[in-house]
Amino acid sequence: MRSVRVIPCLDIDAGRVVKGTNFVDLTDAGDPVELAALYDLAGADEIVFLDIAASSSSRPITLDLLSRAADQVFIPLTIGGGVSRVDDARQLLRAGADKVSLNSSAISNPALISEIAQEFGSQCAVVAIDAKFNGSFYEVYTHGGRNATGLELGTWAKVAERLGAGELLVTSMDRDGTKEGFDIGALMRVAELTSIPIIASGGVGRLEHFLEGAEVPGVSGLLAASVFHFGQLSISQVKNFLISKSIVVRPVQE
Amino acid sequence: MRTKIALLDYGIGNLQSVAKALNHVGADVDVVESSIDLKYYTGIVLPGVGNFGACVNALKHFGFDELVYRGVASGIPLLGVCVGLQMLFEGSSESPETKGLGLLPGKVLRFEGQERVPQMQWNTISIREGFSKSRLFTGLEDDRWMYFVHSYFAPLGDFTSSTATYGVEYSATVEVGDLYATQFHPEKSSKEGLRLLENFVSIATVAS
Repeated sequence: MRSVRVIPCLDIDAGRVVKGTNFVDLTDAGDPVELAALYDLAGADEIVFLDIAASSSSRPITLDLLSRAADQVFIPLTIGGGVSRVDDARQLLRAGADKVSLNSSAISNPALISEIAQEFGSQCAVVAIDAKFNGSFYEVYTHGGRNATGLELGTWAKVAERLGAGELLVTSMDRDGTKEGFDIGALMRVAELTSIPIIASGGVGRLEHFLEGAEVPGVSGLLAASVFHFGQLSISQVKNFLISKSIVVRPVQE
Repeated sequence: MRTKIALLDYGIGNLQSVAKALNHVGADVDVVESSIDLKYYTGIVLPGVGNFGACVNALKHFGFDELVYRGVASGIPLLGVCVGLQMLFEGSSESPETKGLGLLPGKVLRFEGQERVPQMQWNTISIREGFSKSRLFTGLEDDRWMYFVHSYFAPLGDFTSSTATYGVEYSATVEVGDLYATQFHPEKSSKEGLRLLENFVSIATVAS
């Protein structure tokens, strides 16, 4: 039986939570560890931390954050941002992450996916893909949406799977921060060409959007940030709504 | 009352989560990287992630296969987690050339069918008749949600104490005497997973 995970994403910068709208205009929304623990209690199925300005100087802050999170948050933790070597993955996994998410570095060095999958198992190698419709196809972007690669979303997703990715986190740049709903076309494209779990990301603003994402075959995770951080929707509202629409989710215990 | 858990570190994967969760439920845990004198320990936790063959070979390299056999033979409660459950069987189609520990009969197989692989999601476990009084499930009702991450599954048998279904019904937990294992990750299964770990810790607590 397929169940769908509801996943709050915490964009972090220097140890604090931020959330961009279309990748700019950052607003501080709190302490990541405190938020993550709250989300665990509230019934979140997993937490994604995205270190948006990851650099070698901010790495110790991130490792400390993961270690503190792992002390008190007992659901899966994924960390993305700045993973460009196997050793980066090792440090992050050791600190307390369960999975690492690769984005730009997987494109500049696809072998990194297989190296991490071999060393730590596919289950901790998530490949995150940012894509934007360019008029003829969904094009993959890197570096927080700044660089176009010319790669087609589905093709890259398939290559990533073949290299050993255990999961794909697909973000629509057209929708991110817009609250207009997931880009279903982009998700369908990835679902058609792959057979590993997919996390849908970018664009949720209303309950119906979660349902639209969950109805795409192959989507097993629904990721959202600001709707949760700013209290517009709660995890239990989202889950109760999905349950009422016959989507299988882990219910929130009262 | 005394509890001391040996968490076996044979160089595969991240033990921090398991160690932290055990600490959280109040266990005294030693992460051990070499052979130990079992008389100081009241419980053993055998984790495992990634490839079956790589796990078994590393386990043997550290001499922990012998340790597990001795522990089981002397009735020290053992909890296997994820590949730590799979290794208890005779083998796995993931690594046909590598023998498992053979403490349980049968072979671990890959999920085939419509569902996406790996199963990376929460799923419910159904406690089997005859195991509802298992001490591992104290305080846990039937159909509880646990977090699973795996591409291979263990078969059903008399040892199956609960099942999960992902295209096929398989062993979510096993129990034979003082030998316990979970295919899911209790350390990542929020409150209910922590309860299960707490139950194991109390099983591994001895008088004196």
